[in-house]
Amino acid sequence: MYPLVYHRPKTLAEAKELFGAGADATFLSGGHTLLPTMKQRLAAPSDVIDLTAIPEMRGIAVEARLLKIGAATTHAEVAESKIVRDAIPVLAGLAGSIGDRHVRHRGTIGGSTANNDPAADYPSAVLALGATIVTDRRRIAADDFFTGLYQTLREPGEIVTRIEFPIPDSACYAKFRSPASRYSIVGVFVARTGKNVRVAVTGAGASGVFRPAEFEAALSADFRPEAVAHCSVDPDSLLNDLNATGEYRAHLIRVLAGRAVAKPGALQSFK
Amino acid sequence: MSRIAMKVNGADITKDVADPTLLSEFLREHLGLTGTHVGCDTTQCGCCVVHLDGVSVKSCTVLVGQAAGHAVTTIEGLAEGGQLHPVQKAFRECHGLQCGFCTPGMIMAATELIATYPGTLNEHVVREEMEGNLCRCTGYHNIVRAILTAAEEMLGPDRVVQPASDHAKTEG
Repeated sequence: MYPLVYHRPKTLAEAKELFGAGADATFLSGGHTLLPTMKQRLAAPSDVIDLTAIPEMRGIAVEARLLKIGAATTHAEVAESKIVRDAIPVLAGLAGSIGDRHVRHRGTIGGSTANNDPAADYPSAVLALGATIVTDRRRIAADDFFTGLYQTLREPGEIVTRIEFPIPDSACYAKFRSPASRYSIVGVFVARTGKNVRVAVTGAGASGVFRPAEFEAALSADFRPEAVAHCSVDPDSLLNDLNATGEYRAHLIRVLAGRAVAKPGALQSFK
Repeated sequence: MSRIAMKVNGADITKDVADPTLLSEFLREHLGLTGTHVGCDTTQCGCCVVHLDGVSVKSCTVLVGQAAGHAVTTIEGLAEGGQLHPVQKAFRECHGLQCGFCTPGMIMAATELIATYPGTLNEHVVREEMEGNLCRCTGYHNIVRAILTAAEEMLGPDRVVQPASDHAKTEG
């Protein structure tokens, strides 16, 4: 790897100061996207600022019907948390379906959300649940946060510190994994609160995670798998690569949305 | 360059190391602990798995600074008093390896799985939980058998369900 200076600040103020002082600084959480990217010479930051030793970046709690998860909380911690399992069981299931056991021990919810990889699982949960992304300087609605492939509303030096999820009546997630990479080719997250249903699709969109309006309208009117049988997404708006064509992804979105709705509260992973 | 202090296999280590050094590189090239293998170097194969504070991690995707101040256990730290760890013993007895390249990662992953898994271990659970470790030789069958054999020795028969076919073979 290129030369870099590693820092492990203990406070947000120190992290921000280090970011300002670095020529081309970046933040590190679990490092399971950043370090492989650096090895491939696709990133060469001058300073790597590890955020995981900052106390307010950690912790899981429920307050006022909001599930609050610190950004540096690992996938394994979310998957095993009794608080998460009681509040939004499928969120624990989703976290437990990411990567493999060792990856889940390092990767974090904040890193995954801030990175907005089009194949990442978390952005679909954050968007479908209508979560709020809390940073060191403001609160951002999920609907505004994800702006494109690997793009978010986050400004340079802005630190995601916590994600706050409103607790829905029920939520479910169905994903279809690439047989080789195990990343989701399509993942569909459905959240229902009263009559209001929000759906978010990951893995498939040419601009990253998105909400398919037709599916939401159909499920808000009739929350059954049959309701989405005739819903569709324009294949031209979807990724078209060696894993799957746009047409195949459009088909998978319909199939997985139906399967998700058929099992409220469940995580289903197909491969 | 930073002064890095950590516990490795129970011993306190202090070294001056360049910041971009990976934990896998530190163990192999600075400490000479070449039992930790680097297969893919892309967080996929699991040959480099070690324990960081008792938790399994892919050491090719951890900067040495991230591990500073923590305790690392490698394959060299498993055997005690010249006696192989039960998982090492079971891999030998069950022929859970052929070329041996993936074996240190397999064994480190398996020891952590057995030590921390809260429920009953069976073939399905072992195959799912060992997804992050790739073997190009064995076809995994004997690796799974080795892990369940060791698990039964370590946890007792109540926490482990052996594959039915293997019971038949042993008893036959």
